[in-house]
Amino acid sequence: MNTRDMVYVALFAAVVAVLGLFPPIVLPVVAVPITAQSLGVMVAGSVLGARRGGLAILLFLILVAVGVPILAGGRGGFGVLLGPGGGFLLSWPIAAFLIGLMVERNWRRLNIVVAFLINVIGGILFVYACGVPWVAVFAEIGLGKALIGSLGFIPGDLVKAAIAALVAVTLKRAYPIIEVRQSPAAE
Amino acid sequence: MIEVSNVSHRFGERVVLKDIDLTITERRVAIIGSNGSGKSTFVRLLNGLLLPERGSVRVAGLDTRKDAKAVRRKVGFVFQDPDSQIVMPLVEEDIAFGLKNLRLDRQRIARKVDAVLGRYGLEPLRHQATHTLSGGEKQLLALSSVLVLEPEIIVFDEPTTLLDLRNKRRILTILDELPQTAIVVSHDLDMLDGFERVLVFDDGRVVMDGPPTAAIPHYLGLMA
Amino acid sequence: MTLGLYVHRETPIHRVPAAVKVLTLVAAGVGVFLVPNPLWLVPALAAVVGLMVLARVPLGETLRQLRPVAVLIVVIFLVHGWFTSWTLGFLVVLRFAVLLLLALLVTFTTRISEMIEVLERGFRPLAVFGVNPEKLSLMLSLTLRFIPLLFEKFQEIREAQRARGLDRNILALLMPLLIKTLKMAGDLTDAIDARGYDPDRKPTDR
Repeated sequence: MNTRDMVYVALFAAVVAVLGLFPPIVLPVVAVPITAQSLGVMVAGSVLGARRGGLAILLFLILVAVGVPILAGGRGGFGVLLGPGGGFLLSWPIAAFLIGLMVERNWRRLNIVVAFLINVIGGILFVYACGVPWVAVFAEIGLGKALIGSLGFIPGDLVKAAIAALVAVTLKRAYPIIEVRQSPAAE
Repeated sequence: MIEVSNVSHRFGERVVLKDIDLTITERRVAIIGSNGSGKSTFVRLLNGLLLPERGSVRVAGLDTRKDAKAVRRKVGFVFQDPDSQIVMPLVEEDIAFGLKNLRLDRQRIARKVDAVLGRYGLEPLRHQATHTLSGGEKQLLALSSVLVLEPEIIVFDEPTTLLDLRNKRRILTILDELPQTAIVVSHDLDMLDGFERVLVFDDGRVVMDGPPTAAIPHYLGLMA
Repeated sequence: MTLGLYVHRETPIHRVPAAVKVLTLVAAGVGVFLVPNPLWLVPALAAVVGLMVLARVPLGETLRQLRPVAVLIVVIFLVHGWFTSWTLGFLVVLRFAVLLLLALLVTFTTRISEMIEVLERGFRPLAVFGVNPEKLSLMLSLTLRFIPLLFEKFQEIREAQRARGLDRNILALLMPLLIKTLKMAGDLTDAIDARGYDPDRKPTDR
């Protein structure tokens, strides 16, 4: 990793922190408050690619764990990782990595639909695949009940995947960070 | 001494510097020119932040291409916006950052940090978070963080553009008293009085090279 | 460090080395799942609360940190009550309570800088796998430095978009923030390099 990569990683971790300060939006139908922070996970992977995107989110989680109150709602400390929602949070760095990997692999044909699907797979399916069993195990409730309890967040997450896809294709044109790395001649 | 020999540079298709050939031995050199004239690119060649596409840049005999590390030790760089130049959360940590890169031992770092904090009146702010400083204090910190490295040459990229009059004067006073060579990019013609040499850039070339009395009218002519 | 939940007090808990606190937390994380009888968790919870009193942690902030997770835990408790058994619900809630309060105690009584030092020491063995702890530490500092700055930029963008009625539109806020961030990344990279930072140097080089 060169200096520029490190700067991208650090600044995106800061962006994710800032997104947590954005007041939660309550969706009209399901009445579940959604925060913009998990949008940051999708955006970090989509814009920075696998390695840097995953690291940015890991960096963010380390800061949360050591007690910087940057998790949405001003929370921080190891406790948030040990609580019922810990599985969702811990899946984030891998989710960003997976999204980044899929974006890198599909870079040339990346359009809004492809980017949306990538974010749904990495940012929703994978995150729930980690987060729901965690709730089920730690709270000792069945997988089914844990899943039902989490479904209310899906509509908000779909909106976020769409926003992340829009950001990904816009920045691909304006600031193609991923391609810069793939063609060493440009550096 | 800085020797710039036959330097040309492009960003993609756009030619930003054309055949620049000059030697700098003076202690105070100013660089003026309109936006996009190539002056920012030029000064970034002087400490190896950019390597010239053609030609060579030598600082005290060291080629920026071959001896990048040694050149960076000799040439300090103060940027226009201190907000993207201050890298650490606390004032004293930021001043220590460059010293740590030099791998000095803890005591020497502490001594040098103390000296600079004292000299530029930052001592009361030592433990303060850098984001809470005022604009003038930030520029003073950015400058101190470079001066603590004791470079032989300091490049300033529009150091006063974002400052109010009082803070501008404070920075100019410090600049005036520096024993080192200073190369200053500026839009601010008032500050050029004490300079020995002024380079006027236009469209990637040096179109005028002389004392302020000759260079400033030429520059104003270009702008008209 | 101004950011953080640390609250300075002169208590024995504050003087416990950060590494010990983190290890205790890890041990507790395993321990709460190994106790065969939920009743054993009652004295454990009492002990943690006792330590919190001893450390004089701020009550208001404690409640504020616990509120979002408390809702979730109550729901879990009720789900157990209705579908499985109240005893199991009680066990699960006790487990979370012990862990969350202990974690909060650590967070309130340990400086972020100490915590980061512990992590750096913890990451040092990873250098074998190409993880450079010095790079990690620089990135952590950069992030801490830039959170307040990016927050300021975010507020400026929000003010500007409010005039156009777009201040609740996350895309209209996120795009300008990202563009500003990416522009800043270029300048910041130059500034770090200009002060002699060498990313390729091995941690042991002198």
